[in-house]
Amino acid sequence: MTNETTTDIHRDSQDKIIEITGLHKWFGELHVLQDINLTVYKGERIVICGPSGSGKSTLIRCINRLEEHQKGRIIVDGTELSNNIKNIEKIRAEVGMVFQHFNLFPHLSILENLTLGPIWVRKTPQKEAEETAMFYLEKVHIAEQALKYPGQLSGGQQQRVAIARSLCMKPKIMLFDEPTSALDPEMVKEVLDVMINLAEDGMTMLVVSHEMGFAKSVAHRVLFVDYGKIVEENTPHQFFDNPQHDRTKLFLSQILH
Amino acid sequence: MNRELQKKSFLNRILPWLKENLFNGVFNSIITIVLLFALYKIIPPFIKWAFVDSLWRSTAAACREGNGACWSVITANLRFIIFGFYPYDLQWRPLLAMILLVGLLLYSKNRNHWNKTLFYGWIAGLFFMGLLMKGGILGLAPVESDKWGGLPLTMMLAFFGMIAAYPLGVVLALGRRSKMPAIKTFSVLYIELIRGVPLISLLFMSSILFPLFLPEGLTINKIIRAQMAIILFTAAYIAEVVRGGLQAIAKGQYEAADSLGLSFPQKMRLIILPQALKIVIPPSVGILISAFKDTSLVVIIALYDLLKTSKSTLSNPDWMGYSPEVYLFVAAIYFISCFAMSNYSRKLEKELH
Ligand SMILES: Nc1ncnc2c1ncn2[C@@H]1O[C@H](COP(=O)(O)OP(=O)(O)OP(=O)(O)O)[C@@H](O)[C@H]1O
Ligand SMILES: [Mg+2]
Repeated sequence: MTNETTTDIHRDSQDKIIEITGLHKWFGELHVLQDINLTVYKGERIVICGPSGSGKSTLIRCINRLEEHQKGRIIVDGTELSNNIKNIEKIRAEVGMVFQHFNLFPHLSILENLTLGPIWVRKTPQKEAEETAMFYLEKVHIAEQALKYPGQLSGGQQQRVAIARSLCMKPKIMLFDEPTSALDPEMVKEVLDVMINLAEDGMTMLVVSHEMGFAKSVAHRVLFVDYGKIVEENTPHQFFDNPQHDRTKLFLSQILH
Repeated sequence: MNRELQKKSFLNRILPWLKENLFNGVFNSIITIVLLFALYKIIPPFIKWAFVDSLWRSTAAACREGNGACWSVITANLRFIIFGFYPYDLQWRPLLAMILLVGLLLYSKNRNHWNKTLFYGWIAGLFFMGLLMKGGILGLAPVESDKWGGLPLTMMLAFFGMIAAYPLGVVLALGRRSKMPAIKTFSVLYIELIRGVPLISLLFMSSILFPLFLPEGLTINKIIRAQMAIILFTAAYIAEVVRGGLQAIAKGQYEAADSLGLSFPQKMRLIILPQALKIVIPPSVGILISAFKDTSLVVIIALYDLLKTSKSTLSNPDWMGYSPEVYLFVAAIYFISCFAMSNYSRKLEKELH
């Protein structure tokens, strides 16, 4: 797959799934996000990179309200994020999130981790939820571990379970916050492969990651964030081979070494 | 020949053990010898007093003759010690209620039995126990609660104290971590105020101060007031322990639950509390055990709990002076109950691991 896939995306206004306009966020004095504007279309895959502390995590965590923003608007799937708790829960059910440290529920079995959301949030009958869970566990090649507990799995396996857990909610958008950076090198590939499969199925994805190979093979756009601003935005090949800004060049020279 | 060999191998095993565990070094050897001597001085005389020379079913006069333990003070007054002033002919009712309670508790020990049926069983059981104690319908003669006393009263105060204090404590712990200022302030004030006063003062307040604030004509039963004081007191301590457990849960667990779209109650009930409460089983059981023992403080507001009924028998001129026997008996009952609780908590902790 190349950047030609960009043409697959319908950029009509009714195909917008995330609209962020004039977003600002402060942590106390710290101005973490400064006037972010970003529109994501259905089926689009965006990789976000940037130096440590630049606000990448904060940006995607604002999309499912794990962080509250102070200024600007975020509209997800037609619903604006505000203090309305019902809207927040509705959006969270439609937006899956995969964390750097997996965050599986250690007191529940793998299968229970996967069925919890569907049963309690979507009110799916248990049997159906279990069938869906097994389907996604097959998809991430880990079905035989269904009755184990998270502590019994390797990091790569846990991250694949975490991805499956999000997928069981049948989300419209998936957010990934450095999904492979806590993994031993030999486990990175098994997780990236799962994510590439997901991309091929047409999932809308926002991925904070420095995995260049992954970005090149699936992303429509790469965003470079620095000091809370989107400094550069381009197709992956343009971005990596022909960066425009000095800061981008500096950053790339650092991660490529 | 054979026996000699056995003896030898026994010695071969026991001697190194002794050397390693009791006599390794001069200092440890001295401690061992001193302790052995002290035990020799204490244990045999105690056994002689408690068992060999003791009298179990004699009159008070016979006890005065002997020089062993006079367990007769217990056997002769057993029904008063256990049931207090509950009408003599009706004492089968509190007895049955206690058997029911203990039976339900024992049955509930097994986690495989925890289901809806058991829950309804408890509701029915508690209702039936109340009926037995109070009477008044179904041809059971009514017994006013000021006649209740002894072991049933102690068990009741302890049982309801724990059952009600635990959820209340969890709610207070959640309140203390709440983002809503009013709820947070209330929880902090409550917890700190209650933990700042001794239970005795709460009991006094419940029995003397509290009725002054009630509208005229309305009185609340003394036992219920004492029960409330115990519940409110224990809940504050449970709250602090549970708060510790909540703090031990990683932020990622909250975030993962949130990102699935779980509501706050679902997140707490399904994700956070199961993990947090498991961590705090040992300290919570510690608090429940002291709450159980603290029920004996209700004597100061003139309730006849187990300790008070036992003490009362000593004021009978016939039985005066046999306090060691009586207090040992009460201590044994408390010990058995507390030991069972801490044993069970250890088992539960292992099972949940
Ligand atoms: N809860 C918080 N309270 C205060 N400051 C925070 C909080 N979370 C993040 N920050 C600060 O906000 C800034 C942006 O953090 P963020 O986690 O978004 O960076 P990042 O780009 O994801 O970095 P990394 O690559 O290290 O994950 C950092 O300076 C961080 O210290
Ligand atoms: Mg980050």
